[in-house]
Amino acid sequence: MKNKLTLIILFIFLSFCFIIFYKGLSNSNTYIPKINNEKNIPVFKAKDFNTNTYIDSEKIFEKNSYYIVNIWASWCVPCRKEHSLLMELSKNQSVILIGLNYRDNLSNAKKFIYELGNPYTQILIDKEGILAIEFGAYGVPETIFIDKNKKIIKKFVGPINKEILDEINIIVK
Amino acid sequence: MKILKIFLIIFLSVGFSQLKSDEKSDVFKNKILKNIRCLICQGQSVYDSESDFASSIKMIIDKKINDGLKEEQIYEFLREKYGDWIIYEPEFNKNTYILWLLPLLLFLLGGAIMYKKISIKNNE
Repeated sequence: MKNKLTLIILFIFLSFCFIIFYKGLSNSNTYIPKINNEKNIPVFKAKDFNTNTYIDSEKIFEKNSYYIVNIWASWCVPCRKEHSLLMELSKNQSVILIGLNYRDNLSNAKKFIYELGNPYTQILIDKEGILAIEFGAYGVPETIFIDKNKKIIKKFVGPINKEILDEINIIVK
Repeated sequence: MKILKIFLIIFLSVGFSQLKSDEKSDVFKNKILKNIRCLICQGQSVYDSESDFASSIKMIIDKKINDGLKEEQIYEFLREKYGDWIIYEPEFNKNTYILWLLPLLLFLLGGAIMYKKISIKNNE
């Protein structure tokens, strides 16, 4: 009787472990913290993509508007995929798109913009990826949504899709 | 000749002290890097990883050390950006107290069970 009970307990325990690990297999490998409280945008100085001059973050985010910071690179394949959606988003006057060119070759990046179009109001150069870290980003592509109070309220890791675009359009309406 | 010797001694001692301080700052930097999780890698610290994310973190930590930030301030900066998960050694707070206290509780429980068993055996 005692042996039977031990076997049942062992079976339940192993089943429990199996379910936990099996469910874990389908989880993403990348950890993305939830933004529970809104975060302030970082204070920084960055080089402008077109003029090659340094600009303060306060000047970049000076307007009372929604901002989207999109981290991209010419070598990033998913960035090409999301570019048409960014072009569509750039038509929305309620939001200002800022591009952050991440660890890229400048001439390749210029070619990328020339080929696919420029959805950004301003593009900043992040040669070493330090600015992306200041924004709490993981890599490319990544899209950071900033509200009118200059707080980061949403982060989209990976290429944006139609659903995300709709979500953004609803918020900025 | 004597002056030359003195110059040589001064030059070497300055050189060695510089080397020693560089070594010290490298040890400090590596200690921090080994305690930071590379969030896009599989089970690697930033110190071990060659990914873009890790190399950007290495650069920013270099910058923070040069700015005079202390170890805990650097961790706090990273926690603010990426959450508690980025640091291997979690700090003691309301989310992690079970993690810290459970081993101690289990140890005490095990000790109590052992003490009880031994005292029963001694009474027999």
